[in-house]
Amino acid sequence: MTTVRYATAPGAGLALGLKDPVHGAQTVFRAVLRAMSRPGEIQDLTMALGPTFAPPHPLVPAAAAVCLALLDLDTRLWIDGGGDGAAAYLRFHTGAPIADAPDEADFAVIADGAMIPRLDAFSPGTDELPERSATLIVQVAGLNSRTGEGAWRLSGPGIDGTADLAIGGLRDGMAEELAVNFRRFPRGVDLILCAGARVAALPRTTKVEAL
Amino acid sequence: MTVPATTQDSGYNFAYLDEQTKRMIRRAILKAVAIPGHQVPFGSREMPLPYGWGTGGIQVTASIIGLADVLKVIDQGADDTTNAVSIRRFFARTAGIATTEKTEDATVIQTRHRIPEMDLRDDQVIVYQVPIPEPLRWLEARETETRKMHGLADYGVMHVKLYEDIAKYGHIETSYDYPVLINGRYLMSPSPIPKFDNPKMHEMGALQLFGAGREKRIYAIPPYTRVESLDFEDHPFQVQTWGAVCAICGDGESFLDEVITDDTGGSMFVCSDTDHCGRRVAAGHKGPGGPEEGE
Repeated sequence: MTTVRYATAPGAGLALGLKDPVHGAQTVFRAVLRAMSRPGEIQDLTMALGPTFAPPHPLVPAAAAVCLALLDLDTRLWIDGGGDGAAAYLRFHTGAPIADAPDEADFAVIADGAMIPRLDAFSPGTDELPERSATLIVQVAGLNSRTGEGAWRLSGPGIDGTADLAIGGLRDGMAEELAVNFRRFPRGVDLILCAGARVAALPRTTKVEAL
Repeated sequence: MTVPATTQDSGYNFAYLDEQTKRMIRRAILKAVAIPGHQVPFGSREMPLPYGWGTGGIQVTASIIGLADVLKVIDQGADDTTNAVSIRRFFARTAGIATTEKTEDATVIQTRHRIPEMDLRDDQVIVYQVPIPEPLRWLEARETETRKMHGLADYGVMHVKLYEDIAKYGHIETSYDYPVLINGRYLMSPSPIPKFDNPKMHEMGALQLFGAGREKRIYAIPPYTRVESLDFEDHPFQVQTWGAVCAICGDGESFLDEVITDDTGGSMFVCSDTDHCGRRVAAGHKGPGGPEEGE
């Protein structure tokens, strides 16, 4: 592992974490739990995080909050395109060790969904231990529960019939890669999509069809 | 009876567990939801009550619950038995949250061995206490082997067990903890609920979480997920029937407990779900009464 260098000392410009570490983390976790158990349903963390929560660029509030709620010294984190500021912030607030390669990570933060690496770069776990798989926290340009051109129709566990979700700014070819991810069940990666303060999830059980 | 939120006892973190333990359990819960029916190992902590009293369920509840939640706890359907009362009190004291006996008022329901009669809603979470999470454990003692069997979806041995029941007794003997297949993939123990409750798990609106403290496993069924009780075409899955109605509320559709009333063989049937029974009585339903009232 590389030596960690803190960009700034606490109190000298490092952005604050969750205002209430106990209840804040619980609220964020419940939103993520609801998102993961109802794929495609969008959760809004604006009220929970409050106006003062301002993680460093390029982290959006939702992605930073999910990291603060779920990561600690037991989770290896891989940051894609986050820059020194994001790494220092997440290192300081969570204590998570930074992974050198995507396939070593338990969690990955993807700063820009348009540049997300191929999903097979991340650990899918094994047939016997599928829980040892990566969770990807992917920042995207927009999340909307709308249907029509550019939207996806989702089905699977957690969805009563089907649900439609339009994701802005996700790399081309992701629908095909998610179809592969779906087919290799129980192995696979799980996606937590973040846009601003909004969160939605696509676990490996969700079948994705482009409309 | 609903007890409003108060302030929690000092000296403990919110909901007893420390934050790092909660994060570890929360991560396990998220993977469990993403892989429905798969048992995710977790670092089960020592709790201030013994294994077998719901330590797994309590750790799951402690990790999900927040100040806005209203907790209901049932033990074999009843809100007023020792296990239910003490777990409710545990969370009222360590988290200061509101508790209730009313199914419709609860946001989180922790249960030992029953599912409430009322349909659970989309905004509710039900947490099951699980003694033995591995459905194949009595057929294959080695964890290394059962893990492989789940990895390969090799569940023939369970079908053979059910077949042997039919060959021996003419019907499938299992009446509780009846094995289910989740979303067509994972064989799962529904915990020792009566098989009467199995159909309620199928496409339930609420999220279902399972915690086994001693065995250190968490698993889950997301809402609207296929849950099939294993059976055969010529021996379809069937639930219990009683040929009796509840002595108190007269319900012939709910799960009934037989209560011995004297030492000369007298007994009466009553609803196992006390909240369900009370609601029916409040609505004016009346049962035939117990034997002592009939005499």
